[in-house]
Amino acid sequence: MAFGPFLLLALMEGLVTAAVLALAASGLSLVFGVMRVVNVAHGEFYMLGAVLAWAVTTMIPGPPALAFLAAVLIAPVLVAALAAAADGLILKRLNYDPEATIVATIGLLYILQQAALSLYGPNANPVTAPFEWRIQLPWFGYSGYKLFVVLAAGLVLLGLWLFMTRTKAGLVMRATQVDRSTAQAFGINVDRVYMGTFALGAGLAALAGVLIVPIQQAQYLMGHDPLLLSFIVVIIGGLGSLRGTLIAALVIGLSDGVISMFFTPTLAKILATLLVAMVLVFRPQGLFGARA
Amino acid sequence: MTNGLLHPTRRGLLLAGGAGLLTAALPGYVAAQASPIKIGFQLHRTGIGAAYGRWYERTAQAALKAINDAGGITGRPVEILFEDDATDPKRGSEVVDKLTQSDGCDLVMGTLFSHVVMGSAPRAGELKVPYLVCSEGYHVASGALNRWTLQPGITDVRAQISTMAPWVSQNLGKKVTMVFPDYAFGHDHRDFFTAAIQGQGGEVIAQIAVPPTETSFTRYFPQIPAETEVLYHVMVGPAVLTFVKELGEFYGTGAKPQLFGFIDSLEAVDTATPGLEFLEGSHFWEAHPRVKAADAGEHEAAYRAAVGVDDNGASVSDAADVSTYSHMFSTWETLYFIKQAMEAAGYTGPADRQKLVEAMEAISDLPYGIERPQGAKRFNGKTHQVFGSQNISQVQGGKLVKVHTTTIDEGLYEDAVDYTTMSF
Repeated sequence: MAFGPFLLLALMEGLVTAAVLALAASGLSLVFGVMRVVNVAHGEFYMLGAVLAWAVTTMIPGPPALAFLAAVLIAPVLVAALAAAADGLILKRLNYDPEATIVATIGLLYILQQAALSLYGPNANPVTAPFEWRIQLPWFGYSGYKLFVVLAAGLVLLGLWLFMTRTKAGLVMRATQVDRSTAQAFGINVDRVYMGTFALGAGLAALAGVLIVPIQQAQYLMGHDPLLLSFIVVIIGGLGSLRGTLIAALVIGLSDGVISMFFTPTLAKILATLLVAMVLVFRPQGLFGARA
Repeated sequence: MTNGLLHPTRRGLLLAGGAGLLTAALPGYVAAQASPIKIGFQLHRTGIGAAYGRWYERTAQAALKAINDAGGITGRPVEILFEDDATDPKRGSEVVDKLTQSDGCDLVMGTLFSHVVMGSAPRAGELKVPYLVCSEGYHVASGALNRWTLQPGITDVRAQISTMAPWVSQNLGKKVTMVFPDYAFGHDHRDFFTAAIQGQGGEVIAQIAVPPTETSFTRYFPQIPAETEVLYHVMVGPAVLTFVKELGEFYGTGAKPQLFGFIDSLEAVDTATPGLEFLEGSHFWEAHPRVKAADAGEHEAAYRAAVGVDDNGASVSDAADVSTYSHMFSTWETLYFIKQAMEAAGYTGPADRQKLVEAMEAISDLPYGIERPQGAKRFNGKTHQVFGSQNISQVQGGKLVKVHTTTIDEGLYEDAVDYTTMSF
């Protein structure tokens, strides 16, 4: 294949990775920014999104587009509700102590993963894409659904940004992020903000899972990779910074696409990890993170 | 003083203790009476091999029932203890250990994924327990393993490939690009197909190795050279459907090479799945045709009924649950191989394990019958490997239709090892 089309395909693939990554990582970043909780179970919310999308689409008869729309609406809400319950039952009782919550979310990771294995089973199941549309370029064909994923993720992220900057709830969340005690002194119910934030973060991961499942299939072990990549993105972008997360997701996604195509996927992972190490050494707060 | 749980009398203690001893001894007594032969089954119930595991278990259960209904082995009933290895090599050796040492199994069988075989076989050798794999890998016949490891139920990749290469070069093309998983099983494909196609005057022009845990494949496809005449693909694991779908998206309606795949790329996947239309007309290797062939043997129907598979190769209770038809027969045939060897050796218990392996090594001709639904086989006692005929099927109208069958002789190659000269 000639260089031009080759690069185009690499960029398209990278953009899909970046879009899904940006969604998942923004949830992780939000939870850390507002709550100071490092959520190790974040990848499992992504997996639950995909698995629930499979459950919803198999239960709802009718055209794939309708079933998928239902999955987009139902799965993230269910996962968010589960996350809210986990917050109330576990994290709140640990007073959001940073070390304790890391251990607790590791436990949550295994509980969710094994629950999925017990209830959903070990198999990978496909979800039919809402539409079968293939773009035929002169050099290669490409899935139209993958481009839709990029568009949808972009819209959701725009919505998230508007929510954080233009609504009262967003203002309350940002206030809690800046100073928890002062926010409490001003009558903000910090417990509710935390619960809402944790639910929102999990919901974003679940939505990423729903969007990816027609491309990848739902399986109980699928939460591992996005967790790792989300951490990479969040560390590079700066924990708690949405803008940083988005930019880092683009950098990691696109470089992953290009490097894995022109060289090998393993090299892409090596370089991403190296970048994390460099950021941690020279700019520990991340590219856009505020100095702690 | 009041007697009770906190202050028992001496008599009460003795009574309770005696009752406890009796209870503990009872199962042993019952077991000694029935004394079943215990076969440990190392099963990929979870992990990347789960689809295979599901069907390996069903097929083994069906064979077990058939054997027990016909009087068991040497007149003793047989039971199988299934133990999940999560398709993980480290866990695999622990499973061999547990089945042998804690559960007291007479032998261990059933492993498919080659990295699990590689991880588990040394432990079986240390424990001196017969380890019968159902894996296709060349690792047994290559001499890499030990005297206790045998593969009596399925032809190895090297033999499969050497029968496929002439057909591919004569019917599809001479310039081949290979896509394969980047570990032992895929490397067998890479090495032996590259050599075999050269022997036919063809050439492998690109080798694309994909890490086994990969979930997205589009990024690998641009490495396929434009002058490729045949794309040879073999993929395994939960992402196989994604692999074939993305391959279809990549070529779209544009020009594409001839496709020749090992059915591994589509095991447990319905060929009529939306997005796989581009496979129409392409060819697949199959050990055992998934869709019942027009000239299928007389035992085919009975085998399908016993396992619970319909004529399309899907579960009779769920048409969406497609079997791993080209691999699972190996567990059935391995169980009958065990029966034959145990009866020949006059096997009575773990003390006879060495005698059992020697009896297995003495077996050679394995004729077609309900014991071998895939077809007649020839076992090579020196290399511990069995050889059978192979099939090529073409996707026609979304269904796999058998178009070619090879002979056993086409797959034979020179022995690379003589395990019978090794010590136990």
